Amino acid sequence: MAIERDDVLHVAGLARLELTPPELERLGGELNAILEAVGKVAELELEGVEPTSHPLRLANAWAADEPRPSLPLEDVLANAPEAQGDTFRVPPAAAP
Amino acid sequence: MSDGRGTGSSQRWEPVIGLEIHVQLKTRTKLFCRCEAGWGAEPNRRTCPVCLAHPGTLPVLNGRAIEWTIKLGLALGCRVAERAIFHRKHYFYPDLPKGYQISQYDEPLCVEGRVSVPGPAGDLEIGIVRAHLEEDAAKTVHVGGAGGRIGGAEHSLVDFNRGGTPLVEIVTRPDLHSAEDARRFLQLLRQTVIELGVSDAEMELGTLRVDANVSVRRAGEAALRTRTEIKNMNSFAFVGQGIQAEAERQIGIWESGGEVVQQTFDFHAGSRTLTASRSKEEADDYRYLPEPDLVPVEPSRELVERLRAELPELPGARIRRLEGAVGLEAAAGLVTGGRDRLFERVVAAGIEPRAVGNVLMNQFAGTGVDPEAVDAAELARVIEARDRIPRSAFVEALAASGDPGFSAGPYLADAAVSDAAELEPIVERVLAANEAQVAAFRAGKQGLLGFFVGQVMRETAGKANAKVVSELVRSRLER
Repeated sequence: MAIERDDVLHVAGLARLELTPPELERLGGELNAILEAVGKVAELELEGVEPTSHPLRLANAWAADEPRPSLPLEDVLANAPEAQGDTFRVPPAAAP
Repeated sequence: MSDGRGTGSSQRWEPVIGLEIHVQLKTRTKLFCRCEAGWGAEPNRRTCPVCLAHPGTLPVLNGRAIEWTIKLGLALGCRVAERAIFHRKHYFYPDLPKGYQISQYDEPLCVEGRVSVPGPAGDLEIGIVRAHLEEDAAKTVHVGGAGGRIGGAEHSLVDFNRGGTPLVEIVTRPDLHSAEDARRFLQLLRQTVIELGVSDAEMELGTLRVDANVSVRRAGEAALRTRTEIKNMNSFAFVGQGIQAEAERQIGIWESGGEVVQQTFDFHAGSRTLTASRSKEEADDYRYLPEPDLVPVEPSRELVERLRAELPELPGARIRRLEGAVGLEAAAGLVTGGRDRLFERVVAAGIEPRAVGNVLMNQFAGTGVDPEAVDAAELARVIEARDRIPRSAFVEALAASGDPGFSAGPYLADAAVSDAAELEPIVERVLAANEAQVAAFRAGKQGLLGFFVGQVMRETAGKANAKVVSELVRSRLER
């Protein structure tokens, strides 16, 4: 399954990336090379093998529901490109 | 749509409705960090590097959220998965600082449930596809714009307090076929969630959110037609109105030879109208991938059985149990209003069930008294005396029935005026002063009886026996 130029455009759109035609060309090639490398897995006999979503043999790691202090507001907003009052101010967003 | 009939068609249309419900859990902390969850803080006071998505931070799961999701799933008749994992669901929006939401995808915690909802024609059996755990987004407020507060400076303000709060998403099968079905199911679900103690489930506050998938088909058709999604309905009434409006719109389209297009609508309460929202993104566009920073959840059998043993008798079963005594609607009203336990205690004190149901559903419900705070034996004395004491004393007694140390005694001291000779002149006066209503009553508007009784009660400052007044008015008017 080769990646077409339209696939690259689609994924770039989802990632909000604006690509120049040479970048589109290059990334298409790179993505195909990656897919090909991963495709090697398909050559193996994988009947009955569970997909590995996690490399660790570990389950049920969780914490007690006990509050810990949050950050002071000035630290919270320290990295905000823009703030207004106590909130982050961002470019207008259409409904998701 | 209430009768499912479209104009000009000989065949009935049947709405097909599935619901997607989000329940905000009232854990003390968020799902993946230990910032406090819940309402009431100033903006951005309950945030930390994890829920603000600072680089290098890692999520740590909230154990209580897992237990509560399992518990809720069990109450919905679900099977608890032996293994569940979290996925990243990607989309770009300022309410989602990581650029993805941690949710569950193809291995959710609870699956394949079923809820029996008592209805007039037997139980509605509503299939539950899944109940999974995910994090809530932050709150975004849109301000400015050409006509806005800050001319031209259009932007959004983000408060991350809500970001990362645990939500249980419940997805039903398309087993509902009217706005009424949806209301019954939702009220039962809400009461279940409240009794489990896992959420306040207030639609107005957004701790219970309902989206509906709606399509319509001709009665007897097996296949499902194209569905649309309705969002932003923040009360039970609006859910009903939104579903009704959308079903009618679709019937109109099919009957005029058109084709329903899959899309999402926002419901607007003021105008009761729907406006198109974003076009539905394909599942692939979210680029789901297993969350590498969280290990799988594998609930042990011991944990699941302990949680199952903690379940109370569920509301649906209680409605069926009370139905014989007071009828379906009163039983459903008592249970979903959280007043059925008080009902049973008062009935156990020897009061006739229908009278108790009536008082609890009407006058008592209006007082806002917490049913759990009421001494049932004292309330029983009040209800038992309801026809003998002045209406005003009865209402005052109900309003005070939740007070610590409440005693019915003082309220039972006054006798209501039941003497016809004393009441007749007042009845005459009221009827003489309301000629138009008298004519309307005689022309068939029987509902006005209550109006006349009310007027007499007012004249007597609530001291009259309403039952006697009602009989006097009726016999006088029907003479």
